[in-house]
Amino acid sequence: MNNHADSAVHQIHRDDVGAKMGMWLFLFTEVLLFGGMFLVYAVYRYQYPSQFHLAAMELNTAMGTFNTIILLTSSLTVALSIAALQNGKKILSLILLSATLLFALMFMVVKYFEWTAKISHGIYPGSPELLAKHNGQILFFGLYYVMTGLHGLHVLIGMIVIAFMIVFVARDKVTTDNYVKLENSALYWHLVDLIWIFLFPLFYLIQ
Amino acid sequence: MSVDNKQHIGYGTYILVWLALLAFTSITVTIAGVSLGRYTLFIALSIAAIKSALVINIFMHIRFDEPIFKTFLAISGATLLIIFLLTFFDYIYR
Repeated sequence: MNNHADSAVHQIHRDDVGAKMGMWLFLFTEVLLFGGMFLVYAVYRYQYPSQFHLAAMELNTAMGTFNTIILLTSSLTVALSIAALQNGKKILSLILLSATLLFALMFMVVKYFEWTAKISHGIYPGSPELLAKHNGQILFFGLYYVMTGLHGLHVLIGMIVIAFMIVFVARDKVTTDNYVKLENSALYWHLVDLIWIFLFPLFYLIQ
Repeated sequence: MSVDNKQHIGYGTYILVWLALLAFTSITVTIAGVSLGRYTLFIALSIAAIKSALVINIFMHIRFDEPIFKTFLAISGATLLIIFLLTFFDYIYR
């Protein structure tokens, strides 16, 4: 991409590649953050395979699957919103971004019901019921709460970022010729989706 | 003004990728119900890897973006792989 102005002295310098490079570097720190947790998960699953299976049976696969579909669809809508803006369709882009926000909210609502159901069954970190279980199961639920919790926090942050993008697009701060902010926000959102792609089979699909 | 000479991905491609992602999700959920013993985890992770490849290449545009981003991605993936391998060598042969 070439951002050099040929004639205009007042041309505001913009470095879209640099902006995206910064975003990718940030995403790698995120990958390493979650990577460390996946490593802890892998070692303990290797150590307590049967306990992990037993504990995972208590998770609601239907809710996990539903959330997977929601998150994949939200990734689609945010990708489409960029395509719409590239085609100069501002309203369509705004609708798609709002849909993304709505899906993110749905994800958090499902997560809320899932967590409250677990907590009302007495399964939460440090609960007497959980501590009475085998070590492997305590570890499984500890990892479940930490990893899906941190992921949920990322969903919340992503929602705030997308809300800002809706305002920016609406106010023409992000436009057909200048949409790197939207691209970077979408990259963040796709990363949140990517992490869930691995969390889902590792926590919900051990039968 | 800036010249954007990158090729833009159309709506259709995104929707196809989304359908593929949904298909892989239903496959992985269905397979999880079938008892395949030790292969279950391997299959689940392979499907997750295919899904993430689709997201990274198309949704995150890595396939059409500057080569430097691919290099970044390869380095972070390799770092993670090395950390996993070394930890497991340590853990298994301890």
